[in-house]
Amino acid sequence: MHTHEQYSATSLQFFLAIPFILLFVFYIVAVGLSNRKKKPWSVFRLVAWSFGVLCALLATIGPIADLGHMNFSVHMIGHVLLGMLAPLLMALGAPIKLLLRTISVYTARKLTTILRRNIFLHFVQHPIIASLLNIGGLWVLYTTDLFLMMHENMLLYVIIHVHIFLAGYVFAVSIIYVDLVIIRKSYLYRTVVFLFALAGHSVLAKYIYANPPSGVPIDQAEFGSMIMYYGGDTVEIGLISILFYQWYKKSRPILNNGKDGFAISTKKFTVAGTDIEEVKRLNANAGMSYREINEWFAKKQSKAGTVTKKR
Amino acid sequence: MTTSVKTSSIHKKNPNKRVYAKQNMWTGILFGLGIVAFIDEVVFHQLLHWHHFYDKSTTDIGLVSDGLFHAFSFIATIGASFLLADLHRRHAFWLKRWVGGILLGAGVFQLYDGIIQHKWMGLHQIRYGVDILPYDLVWNILAALMIILGFILIYQTSHERKV
Repeated sequence: MHTHEQYSATSLQFFLAIPFILLFVFYIVAVGLSNRKKKPWSVFRLVAWSFGVLCALLATIGPIADLGHMNFSVHMIGHVLLGMLAPLLMALGAPIKLLLRTISVYTARKLTTILRRNIFLHFVQHPIIASLLNIGGLWVLYTTDLFLMMHENMLLYVIIHVHIFLAGYVFAVSIIYVDLVIIRKSYLYRTVVFLFALAGHSVLAKYIYANPPSGVPIDQAEFGSMIMYYGGDTVEIGLISILFYQWYKKSRPILNNGKDGFAISTKKFTVAGTDIEEVKRLNANAGMSYREINEWFAKKQSKAGTVTKKR
Repeated sequence: MTTSVKTSSIHKKNPNKRVYAKQNMWTGILFGLGIVAFIDEVVFHQLLHWHHFYDKSTTDIGLVSDGLFHAFSFIATIGASFLLADLHRRHAFWLKRWVGGILLGAGVFQLYDGIIQHKWMGLHQIRYGVDILPYDLVWNILAALMIILGFILIYQTSHERKV
């Protein structure tokens, strides 16, 4: 917008981008360190995290960030990347889980206790609060003069961008549980909250169409509004599909040998009805293999003198 | 003899469908609601450009209603697909009841869209620059027909259940 601000704008971009670069480096180092002691970290999570960081970088540094100052449509592309896609992908990377398995078991236990007892996290991870922070924040940004002020005040610019990312992250984490979960809500509860959050986002997008934020020309507002509407939809379809897929996996029917039907041949079950694959999945981060755990249990049970029944 | 073999074979195909009768109906209703909104979006907004993204006469409540239904339709379509997969893996899929649910859901949404959103809330019209009456009539009568047909199918399957 102004040439004399060009230099400070570049340093501003680096200031916002550096945390993401650091997060990426930390993540790679943690994967390398923990893979030496434990089972290999999921490649899917690594890829999700990498693409998440890439989206965040695209939004904070380079052409999108440059043009975002002048063009509202480009600003909206940045918003979808930084506030929606990057947080979702980075949440799928399960960084807290990675951190916990990288540090020593003792420290990890202590850290988990601290995190679980943290009132602030309890507050922020509640789906309703997270939605209000995310969508409510956007309403404040685009319907008041804050948007205009943001481009004139550097500090405000940084605070708002950090807020957009963090609110998006907290929202993703409050709806889908892949990382450490502080408070748990049912699938239906999360779906209903998600419904209102998504509606709030769509309504705001259409509202911007007719009522552009101060200083934004009408044609840019119209195009930007559509980017927000359809871009938001695309990301949110991904998020809700993950939530429902988690429900689908969790609510699978239990093997019932007594009645006919329910022939689930694809799964491996032990005589006692334990789903081997599920146990393996849950044990993936435990540091012991399935065989080791079985041996450990066998030892423990023989010590306790438990009589095992055989069918 | 033949009939008993036939019924037993049907029973074997989806032995649990009666246990999950409710889920069959609701899966259909959610899918119907979602899919008709999806068709509306793709066909009338994107392909034909009959509907408009935003109409100057749109009221605030129309905007909120549109946003809610937009979000709901997405969630319903995806959710109903997972519920449908769940019915199949439980061997509980009931085609007739599910189709009944779809027609009911689709009809209810189309009637709501045609009467409350288009007319009362003034969200947007079906088409611009033409005589709107025939379009509105076709739209709403089609909706009513779907509701009636849906009700019949659901009533029939409920009745079967008691026998």
